[in-house]
Amino acid sequence: MAARRKITLDRRKVVANILKDRGDLLLVTGLGAPTWDAASVEDNPNNFYLWGGMGGAVLTGLGLALAQPQRRVLVLTGDGEMLMGVGGLATVAVQKPSNLAIGILDNQRYGETGMQETHTEHGVDLAAMASGAGFQTTSTVYNAAELKTAIPMLYNTPGPVFVDVKVTAEDQPMILPPRDGPTLKHRFRENLLGSI
Amino acid sequence: MVSKKSKTWHWSQDVHQLFKKIGIKQVAYVPDGGLAKLLERCQADKSMRSVVLTTEEEGVAQMAGAWLGGQRGVLLTQSGGVGNCINMLSMMQECRIPLLSLVSMRGEWGETFPWQVPMGQSTIPALEAAKVIVHHVDQAEKVPETVQAAAKLAFDANRAVAVVISQRISGSGSKG
Repeated sequence: MAARRKITLDRRKVVANILKDRGDLLLVTGLGAPTWDAASVEDNPNNFYLWGGMGGAVLTGLGLALAQPQRRVLVLTGDGEMLMGVGGLATVAVQKPSNLAIGILDNQRYGETGMQETHTEHGVDLAAMASGAGFQTTSTVYNAAELKTAIPMLYNTPGPVFVDVKVTAEDQPMILPPRDGPTLKHRFRENLLGSI
Repeated sequence: MVSKKSKTWHWSQDVHQLFKKIGIKQVAYVPDGGLAKLLERCQADKSMRSVVLTTEEEGVAQMAGAWLGGQRGVLLTQSGGVGNCINMLSMMQECRIPLLSLVSMRGEWGETFPWQVPMGQSTIPALEAAKVIVHHVDQAEKVPETVQAAAKLAFDANRAVAVVISQRISGSGSKG
């Protein structure tokens, strides 16, 4: 069980900080608020937003990371989405993709359905679960100083990397990027591969 | 290639060669007896990455990521694993991302283990309800050509396709 510390970080500012100097990062976002957070920074063709398939963000990131070993791949998702696919941490750890990082925007809530508590509210420690799966680099972030240390890990530390960022549970304005599936798929592939 | 009339011929030889020919680079699976020979061939082949999953739905999401990154993959699963995939299949349908899957049946031809029957009998209806195109095959000689046709439908026509391999071929679970 994780030690209880005060949660102060604002998710939109966290995501803006993470993506500020993203370079050619490939980004996969989990359904719900992480998709809106990424869109609040910019709607980038190197973003692939999941609007469904709950529990699938990390494995979508793994498939992409294996296909594009020269590119850094970041999965940004929520604690509820991560918990639904938590076995995927074991699958990723065994594959050891050196270019894959996972960032959790952990508000300890199911935000889309009315802010019900997730297991992380009750002490379930996602970073410890990643560590137990075999991730060599894991961190739980509670404040701006820790975030400053963790962001270079997301970009540069040999993966797989797992960072759980504790964020406050306030509702944020919805900022909706495109959600037509074929459009998102085609533009991501065209931008990355030069063809669809 | 060993003649198909040869007693040593197994459909997995031709399917593995087909995977190489069409450029399969990621092979995702939860181990299964009916697929064991194919899994061994893929594991031993350095030109493709074998990924063992904790649950089959992971493989659906992985195939989406592979396609986004420009690679072709295949999901290999026992019929029981189909039940684990249903919600994740919505991603393939909604984004029209190709999915090639081989499903090894249990709970069907000559099954003797009762707990395999419910999901086995639900496998094809569940796939069809999830809008996955099903190619059912019950003769070993026809598996390679069926996989080849399914791969075209998946990767060239952007569809989710499952080759459902009858228990009549594997004989799994039918020895009493």
